[in-house]
Parts: sequence; structure tokens; C-alpha cells
Amino acid sequence: MSTPAVQTTSLRKKFGDKVAVRNLSLEVPRGSIFGFLGPNGAGKSTSIKMLLGLVKPTSGEAMVLGAPAGNVEARRKIGFLPEDFRFYSWLTATELLSVHGRLSGVSVKALRDRVPALIELVGLTPHREKRLGSFSKGMLQRIGLAQALIHEPELVFLDEPTSGLDPMGRRLVRDIIRTQRERGATVFLNSHLLSEIEVTCDEVAFIREGEVIATRHLRGNRGGETQVLVRGRHLTLPMLADLPGCTAPPILDSDQATLTISSHDLLPEILRRLVSSGAEISEFTPQRMSLEELFINLMGEDRGL
Amino acid sequence: MAGITFREAARKRILWTALIAGAGFLMVFGVGLHLQIADFRASTPAFVRYQILSGMLMVGLYTVDLLAVVMTILTCVDTLAGEISSGTIQAIAMKPMGRWQILIGKWLGFAGMLAVYVTMMFGGTIAVVQSVAGMTPQHPLRGALLVFLECLIALSVCFMFGTWFSTLTNGVIVLGLHGLAFMGGWLEQMSGFTEGERLSLAGTVVSLLMPTEAVWRRAAFEMESPLAGSLPQFAIFSDVSLPSPAMIGYAVFYLVIVLSVAIYHFQQRDL
Repeated sequence: MSTPAVQTTSLRKKFGDKVAVRNLSLEVPRGSIFGFLGPNGAGKSTSIKMLLGLVKPTSGEAMVLGAPAGNVEARRKIGFLPEDFRFYSWLTATELLSVHGRLSGVSVKALRDRVPALIELVGLTPHREKRLGSFSKGMLQRIGLAQALIHEPELVFLDEPTSGLDPMGRRLVRDIIRTQRERGATVFLNSHLLSEIEVTCDEVAFIREGEVIATRHLRGNRGGETQVLVRGRHLTLPMLADLPGCTAPPILDSDQATLTISSHDLLPEILRRLVSSGAEISEFTPQRMSLEELFINLMGEDRGL
Repeated sequence: MAGITFREAARKRILWTALIAGAGFLMVFGVGLHLQIADFRASTPAFVRYQILSGMLMVGLYTVDLLAVVMTILTCVDTLAGEISSGTIQAIAMKPMGRWQILIGKWLGFAGMLAVYVTMMFGGTIAVVQSVAGMTPQHPLRGALLVFLECLIALSVCFMFGTWFSTLTNGVIVLGLHGLAFMGGWLEQMSGFTEGERLSLAGTVVSLLMPTEAVWRRAAFEMESPLAGSLPQFAIFSDVSLPSPAMIGYAVFYLVIVLSVAIYHFQQRDL
């Protein structure tokens, strides 16, 4: 059985007196698209930097592709798009990819095909010989994404990849991320855009104050927390409170009830119990909680920075 | 990394601008030398003519030395400090290579650029003096190598402080240290006239802190004619207080230590 792409145990980082990452423990399966969510200052970027060996942890363990974080050989198989990507403004787009390709160990021969193909993929072909100094923020993000993929890495860290991109650019990034999954790569995606995470990721971890407070599967597993809208006659609070798997008190308003249950798998049992308790059900609609609702539930309302 | 750094210098027109400015300097120097020779009277003794032209040659080389050190500091002051503060270094530092390779690669790139600059400027100055006045320095190669060493010391100090401080702070520190070395060098030189031990000690201590100026004074000694150098009343670079070969050995040791500290701290720090 292959090791996880990323595995951390009680990872901690302090900058002086300030704790940036408190106790990060997570596991990212190989071949998945993993979302990393949290409010500003939650320690997301510091966590990624620790996984890349750019920042040394104060304590704890981090393994990346089966090797300790920062291992030079493992880095050969890792791509990284930093937040607010920038590079030498005097390089052209083609030169930038060639430089990153060479530094990542790609042969000159392989780069001859790969560089124009990647520039095409990120939609910058008309600008391939222009210097980065003339690029907009969105164009820099696009070329930054291309450099992260130039050596066809097994694991790609993307720190806010859609920052500065227009809707077409965001769609392009989504498509590229999916392409990475199709070729078997793991993508570790740090983004503020919940909708991006929701449509792209297989699994998501919520981080608050440098600690993973919850993880959720978003694909192919309907077992996540769910809300159910129930309409019918003879619904009572004691009946609803007695149902299995409720993670929040049921809400009853006349003939309409809202239930929050821990798993989709419990839906048939809940329906059966309601009917056997004498309720006459006219509607029973599972309403999957959006990522945004889940995020707010977990993080609480904005208390200011 | 060395190739990229060298290309950066060429592409950002740093090297070309410096060489064009250097060509301007050579032109002014050549005209000045020519006017000086034209001003000699028939009665001016050959000995005095020789002293004046020797002095002008050394002033020309000293200007090249100053330009080379200042150019070193100005061009490399931002390379690590700026890339760390802007985050540019992150995309490089996570590549499959040691951080020491990044630092040494950049260092070699700058060293290559400085070698070109020192060669062109030294060669140009010597060519001008040779063609206008028919003079050549005593050991031009030794002198050029020592000036190159001086540039490498300034480069390494810039790299070392660049792993700690921002671009501006780094520039202030390194220029300040060079200014200190400049003063220390002159203190030592002046102590030679009066044979003052305390002044000499003060100059030596400063030279140990930053040996760039001491290296220049050794370079001047190597290049100046023995006759001109031995007459302090005529020569500003006279060998009244000469840095020993041991001081040059110390300068090389200093360079290695400073570069090692730069590598160590760059490897240890968070990016």
C-alpha cells in the first residue's frame, strides 16, 4: 500500500511568541484533490511552506511523498505555485518555464515540447516572448501555474491559484487541476474561494488557529453532514428529537421540519421511523449543506481581524 | 543559478550601463592625462614628470577600484535580501537542490560579471596610460587580481547580510563597512608618515573588520613603480604602511568565513 502524499503529526510553528501553526495533523491520499480551508491568518500558507521545507517546524513531523518534508529527492516530484507568484521581470514567459524546468531537472530536449504546450495550456501563447514585467497579475498566476507543472510533478501545492484571475481564468485553473487528477497527481489546494474548493476537491480540511478542526469528503461519498427538509402532518418535536444521527436540534415550524443529520446513510431509517411514529409525510428532501454554510458553522461568524 | 544571475546582469543592462559609464571615465581620464603632458614645460625635470604620471596612473586605477567595489555593492545588494522579502526565492528554494547551491550559483554569477568588469576597466585604464603617456604599472595582473578579490569580499559581505536584512539595511551596512575600511586604510597610511603605533593599530583593527581597503593598498603597492612608491612626499599611494602578504591571506580567509556564514544562515532561516 502506498504511503499518503502528505502526512503530518502535531506539526507546530512558532515565530517568536506567535504561534502560526498550533497542532497540524492531516493525511492527504495520493491521487486526490485536497482542499485546505481556513480564515485569514489560520496558518495555511505557513503549513504549506513547512511541507515544502521552506519553513522549519518548531516541532512535530511531516512526511511528503514518503520522505521527510524538505527532502531534496522528494522535491523533484513536487510542484508549487506560491501565493502572489512573481519572478524575475526581465525573463520572458518561455524563458521562465525553461529556467524552472532546468532547475527541476527536466532535460533541454523534453523542455522543447513541454514549454510551448504548457504555455498553450494556460492560454498565454500570444505572450510567450513577452517579459514578465509587462504581465498582469492574472497572467503571472497563469505562468506561475505552468511553472509548477513543468516537471510533471506527482504532488502539486497551489496556494491561492485563482487569485487575480477572471472567471475564464478560474475555469481554466479548475480544468487544469482536474487534468492533474486524471494523470494521477495529487493536488493540495489552498484557496479562499469556497465555491472553487466545492467543485474541484475530493476532500477538504478546515483549519483554524493552526489546527485541523474538521475534514469532509466532497466526492463519491454521500456520508457527509446533511440537512433534510420534511413536510407533513402530525410532526412533533419529541418524535423528531428521538430520531437517530441528529447533530443539531430539529426545527419544527407547523407542518415543516428541518433536520441536521450526521450521514446520508441514515435517511431511509429516519423516514421509516417518522412514518412508523404516525407522521404523514408529503415531502422528504435531503439538502446537502453547502461548503460555505459548513465553513461558517465550523469557524463561527466573522469576529474581525 | 550562476547562468541566470549572469544573464540577469546583462539583461537588466547593469553590466552594459556600468561599462558605458566606465568608458566615459576612461575618456575623461585620457583627456586629463593628455592635457597634463601638454602642460609640461621643457624645463620640467624628467623625474618630476615621471612622478606626476605615475601618480595619475595610480589615481586612475584607484578610481577603477572604487567604481568596481561600489558597482559590486549596488548590483548585489538586492539579490538575496530582495528575493527573500518579495517571496521570489520561494519558487527557487523548493526546487530539488540545496540552498547552498542557490547561494553559490548566484555568487558565481556575480563573480563572473565582476571579472568582466574589472578586466575591461583595468585593461582600459592601462591601455589609455600606455597610449598617452607610454607607461605601464609594475604588476598589472597582480593588481587586477587583488582588486577582484576586494570585489569578491564586498560581494560576500553583501550576501551574508542579505540573508538577515532587507535590501536597504543591507546596502547601508555594507557601504558603511566599506567606508569604515576606507578610513581604516588611510589611518594606517597616515600612521606610516609619523610612525604612530596607536594610529597604526586602529587602522589595522578596522582593516580586520573589513579588509577591502587593505587589499587595495597592497594592490597599489604591486602596481606602483618602486621608485614612485618609495617617495612619500610625491606619491599618495606610497608604501609607507604596507599591508603584508599575511593580510592578503587574512582577506581570503575572511572571504571564506563570510561566505560560509552566509550559506549557513541561508540554509537555516525560514523563507
